[in-house]
Amino acid sequence: MNIIVCVKQVPDTTEVKLDPVTNTLIRDGIPSIMNPDDKAALELALQLKDDNGAKVTVITMGPPQATKVLREALGMGADEALLMTDRAFAGADTWATSKTIASLIKTLPYDMIVCGRQAIDGDTAQVGPQICEHLGIPQVSYCEDVKIENGLVVAKRQFEDRHHIIHMKTPCAITALSECTEPRYMSVSKVIDAFDKEIKTITFADLDLKPEEIGLKGSPTRVKKSMTKGMIAKEPPMDVPPAEAATVIAEYLHKNHII
Amino acid sequence: MEGYVTCYLGSKIHIILVYKLNYYKLLLDKGDCKVERNSHRLVEVMSILTKIKRKSKGLIVCMNFLLSDKHELLKQLFREFAVNEVQPLAEEIDEEERFPAETVEKLGKYGMMGIPFPKEVGGMGGDVLAYAMAIEEMARVCGSTGGILSAHTSLCVWPIYAFGNKAQKEKYLPKLCSAEWIGAFGLTEPNAGTDAAGQQTTAVLDGDEYVLNGSKIFITNAGYAQVFVVMAMTDKSKGTRGITAFIVEKGTPGFRVGRKEKKLGIKASSTCELIFEDCRIPKENMLGREGKGFGIAMQTLDGGRIGIASQALGIAQGAYDETLAYVKERKQFGRPIAAFQNTQFQLADMHTQIEAARLLVYKAAFYKDNGMPYSKEAAMAKLYASEVAMAVTTKAVQLHGGYGYTREYPVERMMRDAKITEIYEGTSEVQRMVISANILK
Repeated sequence: MNIIVCVKQVPDTTEVKLDPVTNTLIRDGIPSIMNPDDKAALELALQLKDDNGAKVTVITMGPPQATKVLREALGMGADEALLMTDRAFAGADTWATSKTIASLIKTLPYDMIVCGRQAIDGDTAQVGPQICEHLGIPQVSYCEDVKIENGLVVAKRQFEDRHHIIHMKTPCAITALSECTEPRYMSVSKVIDAFDKEIKTITFADLDLKPEEIGLKGSPTRVKKSMTKGMIAKEPPMDVPPAEAATVIAEYLHKNHII
Repeated sequence: MEGYVTCYLGSKIHIILVYKLNYYKLLLDKGDCKVERNSHRLVEVMSILTKIKRKSKGLIVCMNFLLSDKHELLKQLFREFAVNEVQPLAEEIDEEERFPAETVEKLGKYGMMGIPFPKEVGGMGGDVLAYAMAIEEMARVCGSTGGILSAHTSLCVWPIYAFGNKAQKEKYLPKLCSAEWIGAFGLTEPNAGTDAAGQQTTAVLDGDEYVLNGSKIFITNAGYAQVFVVMAMTDKSKGTRGITAFIVEKGTPGFRVGRKEKKLGIKASSTCELIFEDCRIPKENMLGREGKGFGIAMQTLDGGRIGIASQALGIAQGAYDETLAYVKERKQFGRPIAAFQNTQFQLADMHTQIEAARLLVYKAAFYKDNGMPYSKEAAMAKLYASEVAMAVTTKAVQLHGGYGYTREYPVERMMRDAKITEIYEGTSEVQRMVISANILK
């Protein structure tokens, strides 16, 4: 079984601070990490490998520094890693990103694709599902768990008030939730091996895509402006004792049909 | 910017690298590994050098204070493991004086109990620097765990790897490196501490067996170890040349682990005495040759000092981490105590001392990794790092004030844990003897 895991290198948002003047992220000196949902995706793939035997290939698209997360993935137990990097890919929105990644996956043998639900730097949750649409394969998003039973992929999907158990034929895809899996640690010997493995670099020239389909040119969406949401109170603060405050708050919420 | 990086293959200088702003050229005298690239980034230069090193199996010496990507990633692994698996237990195992068997099993699972040994013998294929960083990160959150890892790897696995024959390596190393077996080392005796040559434990050859009699004290990991590297006198008339090293397994008739010490610090490490009463061990369990035990012990301790230096470094770093967080939170006179210049100066001193200790420790590891003499470097690292650990943890307690003296904050434990690093595997005074002997020889 060939499993492809898509991962993204993201700034560790728990460490991110905002510039009080410009309201933009201060990225300098912020450590980069493997996106938590993607790490969970890798863990699910590695569990499938442990239980059923599989070859796990990890893909990331990003600058050359993103090699770090690929080495980390190899250190956790992935078999192979591919880095998609090219200046032409820069500025891609989710559509162009998914199209670029899908065009690489088309050339690889795969039975299953595992992505994280969403990245903590963008929170779109779009790239995984879009890759599947480009490839025309079934997908289950928001997966907590996945197993192979009788040759079928059995995915457990988190829903608002219940779980769905969905059976799929391969090739198929899932997106994974970080809160449901505890990703394994790397191991010392696998980390050491990771640096003896070659990470193959894929550039625009290796893909069957037109220049207008990728990067900024291939992106139908643009971020016009980003701003920090200000918290502005409509009414001046009230100074009331706690017991009375509870009543005031409850009445307000009730009046506005919030509770 | 322009500079030279000199690379050695064996003892001869073979490569000279010149880098200038956006251009550098690598010249090899054989011309079989020529690299030309446009870049001004030192890290890229280093990555090329690493590739060449791999190809040429040569030694690269150059001044570089950056960790390789591999070591950065290993450090990340050690840190994640320490914070998630070791830190939560640190207070409890200290309080209960309990050996953290469950943590040791996990250390083995993730390959941390046999880092600096080749894969062919069951190790992880790592180096001494990686091993030093593993101890540092464990000790940063729990001094005991760092000590357990250090004693096992440096004092038991290493001498078997370095001096064992093929059969001994095959029998012991895979199980020791996976932590299925834990290792310990028996040199110290009630009357042979710093004067290690005064060994009173005897080993007498009787047929195909040696008969051991005597006792050892202060043996780290003793209560949980399956394999012990033990020194004994085979010929008293020869002095240090009459000392021989043996591998003794737990459960050998006539061998038992005695009283457990009640200690000031590293309370979770199992420190006990070993008792040999007509303990018969097969002749093939002799480690190295007869009469070579003292040399084996001294070389083992040379390496062990890098481990203890790393443990001291980790304890100091941990106390500093705690203090840095505390002084930002703790308010007196209406502002965080970090706002006072006294606190700031204390932090500056602690930070500087820790960084200096780290450079010495990593340098000693680098020397050992590259097959260079490292006895003096290891002694300097151990001497300095252990004294820094004591100084930094004492300051940490002081900056925590009354709270620092209570068990509510980990700096109290760290200060207790730090003291041993000035004592075991050679006291600070022994380190000064080793260093001065190297200077004056």
